[in-house]
Amino acid sequence: MPRKIHIVCVSGTREKLQMAAMFASVAAACGDEVTVFFSMNALPYFVKGHKGEAPAEGEFGALVTQKGVPPFKQLFQQAVELGDAKLLPCSMAIDLLKLKKDDLDPEMGPPTGLTGFLTESEGGQLLTF
Amino acid sequence: MSEIKTIDARNTFCPGPLMELITYMKQASVGDTLELLSTDDGSATDVPMWVKKCGHEMIGSEKKGEVWHLTVRKAK
Repeated sequence: MPRKIHIVCVSGTREKLQMAAMFASVAAACGDEVTVFFSMNALPYFVKGHKGEAPAEGEFGALVTQKGVPPFKQLFQQAVELGDAKLLPCSMAIDLLKLKKDDLDPEMGPPTGLTGFLTESEGGQLLTF
Repeated sequence: MSEIKTIDARNTFCPGPLMELITYMKQASVGDTLELLSTDDGSATDVPMWVKKCGHEMIGSEKKGEVWHLTVRKAK
């Protein structure tokens, strides 16, 4: 039985998004069922055309911009391509930002509400960033 | 015997080398051998764990100078 890993991204800072993306990509590539829920300040990075430039937050956030560190958007994309991870945008955040599903990157799955996410994540591990 | 494909992931950081390997493993055929070059010491433990979990075969793991040479055979 694959493990179920659920990741909640609400912060818009680079070091948190980077760590979440590392967990998502490695877990998905190892065969775990990975679901990532994006809300609050984390969602705008996944609007089409956003380059993923986020404020560092701390010293590590600055370090991970150096050459050779895979950017978080690339890692989330690999989580989908290599491990069938599901990336779910929060329906409330989409409404507040006045966006439509088509405004988001193609890797993003259907807009999802908290009830749906809580139901889906029951019994699995939940990591919050 | 099929030829060994070398994946140069030197000077990239975790999880870059592992993700590079997995990308090429997906494209490879069963029985193919891949050699991953990595300067990230974490690869020396992460890669064998991934290989074991996914049921592939670890052929070799050797550090030459600053570079890890991790050789893997796709088993399924």
